Amino acid sequence: MLKIHNLTKRFGGLAAVNNVSIEFEANKINAIIGPNGAGKSTFFNLVAGAMAPTEGRIEYQGMDITGMACDRIARLGIARTFQTTMLFDQSTVLDNLIVGHRLRTQSRLWDVIINSKRLRDEEKKCRARAQEVLDFVGLSHIGHRITADISQEEKKRVAFALALATDPELVLLDEPAGGINPEETENLAALIRKMVDHGVTVCLIEHKMDMIMSLADKIMVIDHGEKIAEGTPDEVKNNPLVIEAYLGSDEDAAA
Amino acid sequence: MNALTKISNFFMTPAMKIVMIVAALLFPFVAGNEYQIYVMALAFVWAIAVYGMNIITGLCGQLNLAHGGFFAIGAYTLAILTVDNGWAFWPAFIAAGAVGAILGFLVGVISLRLKEHYFAIFTLCVGFIIYLLLDKWEELTHGALGIINIPAPSGFGLVDFTETTPFYYLALAFMVLSIWLASRIAHSLLGRTFLAIRISDDLAASLGINLMRNKVLAFVLSTTYASVAGALYAGMVRFIGPAEAEVTHTFDMITYLLVGGIGTLMGPLLGTLAITWLTQSLQFLEEYRMIVFGPMLVVLVIFFPKGVVGSFLSWRGRRLAAAHDASQTKEKAASNASSNKPSAASTQEAGNHA
Repeated sequence: MLKIHNLTKRFGGLAAVNNVSIEFEANKINAIIGPNGAGKSTFFNLVAGAMAPTEGRIEYQGMDITGMACDRIARLGIARTFQTTMLFDQSTVLDNLIVGHRLRTQSRLWDVIINSKRLRDEEKKCRARAQEVLDFVGLSHIGHRITADISQEEKKRVAFALALATDPELVLLDEPAGGINPEETENLAALIRKMVDHGVTVCLIEHKMDMIMSLADKIMVIDHGEKIAEGTPDEVKNNPLVIEAYLGSDEDAAA
Repeated sequence: MNALTKISNFFMTPAMKIVMIVAALLFPFVAGNEYQIYVMALAFVWAIAVYGMNIITGLCGQLNLAHGGFFAIGAYTLAILTVDNGWAFWPAFIAAGAVGAILGFLVGVISLRLKEHYFAIFTLCVGFIIYLLLDKWEELTHGALGIINIPAPSGFGLVDFTETTPFYYLALAFMVLSIWLASRIAHSLLGRTFLAIRISDDLAASLGINLMRNKVLAFVLSTTYASVAGALYAGMVRFIGPAEAEVTHTFDMITYLLVGGIGTLMGPLLGTLAITWLTQSLQFLEEYRMIVFGPMLVVLVIFFPKGVVGSFLSWRGRRLAAAHDASQTKEKAASNASSNKPSAASTQEAGNHA
């Protein structure tokens, strides 16, 4: 589904991502782990088109998407969430989700002025899709609430829903379980599994080891911008390089 | 349902719109003197420009400090075409809107490459350049002397818009049209697209929204609003000078927006009217009125950062959500009481809550 060849991103002399090659399979949960500052988020930004790589190639479903603009990549079916959840606090939860399907619509200013049939149909379609993804993430009971008033975990779910509203095939989740408690983390992991069951491929960055080890089909470990290991959770867990770089001590492993 | 809820619900109904329009139509009959009608008409003209600013700054989140400059461009286009080139009022009026749109496009394409503060500072400079051009390009703009004897809108022999009351109704008609279009935009997918950009460029782009295209569209819409308002202003005041482009006008408009509620539909109108009449009622203090005005604004921004309308909408949204939750709980309790086993839906919901 996603093939990365020799991806490199340099900021001046610093290589934030250095010569990383990896392949992510469809309908799997792929995880990227690594210490803080290892280059995980930069890697995500490169795949999502938020920045262009210095070297290397990104291939999505056989298509070269290297250096393509963010919005075009989104239309090709790659959605993402961010470390900090960004939502419009003053509107209701459902209202926040309607724009998620905008990229699958055609209406322009002229449609708005004359209130064309196309616009009305597309607005109905976007609203229906918003309701659908809200149901999917299990929040249909709070669709009417003002977004500022919902919990952190609920906001995370809304962010998932927003990404799903774009009809993606690949979803990039940047620290989905950041800032929420262990019980909520488990629920969120269940939701991620549910996404994969419905045919969405997931790629996530996460620091919570227990979550990753039980959830991921494949893990890539990055340290200092370089890929130091890849494989199943068990393979990665026993890799001496990973233990040295990441799970160096018991405290780290527990964190 | 208590009285407060009833009143707040009424504010959101179509009937409220009718009440407001009827009140505006009747205003000249209840106004104490012609001056009050004049002030109101002027407030309507400014409100049109503020609605434009609300599109780029309120909906799309880009602080455009050249807005007063585009207001002046509309006024000058109309004045130059009518006074120096002998155009009739209405063709010149349409041309003023078009010039505002075209220059808006050119400025937008360049300035919107910058983000946030950089965009604001860039447009501040654009506004100043517009001021300098109007002040120094004497062959075109008559320089510091300004342009006098601008014709009033032509009434085609039916009405005389040099009179205050007919002009009041003309300004009202244009303002209602502006609000109608603004409401169309705000409530459509296009408005939601702008709002996504306001939340964050990165988020909007990740949702497949073309940032540049949508920002330029919002910018052009706002400059068109500004120059149409400027052209109406020129037809009303009939004398303009470079001072119309001064940045203070832009900051006045930002104040109207903040007081009324940035990004809301009725905020620009409410803010413009409130501040205009407050300023009028403090006239006797002359320049010292800012001593009263400043602290009031500070208090408002601290305690009601969403403005009057924005705060009202949040308050109402919370009440509605609470009422919705209460009715759901009641329904559930009722269904649980009637049948001992809880329905599948409510069990699932409880599960999701956990």
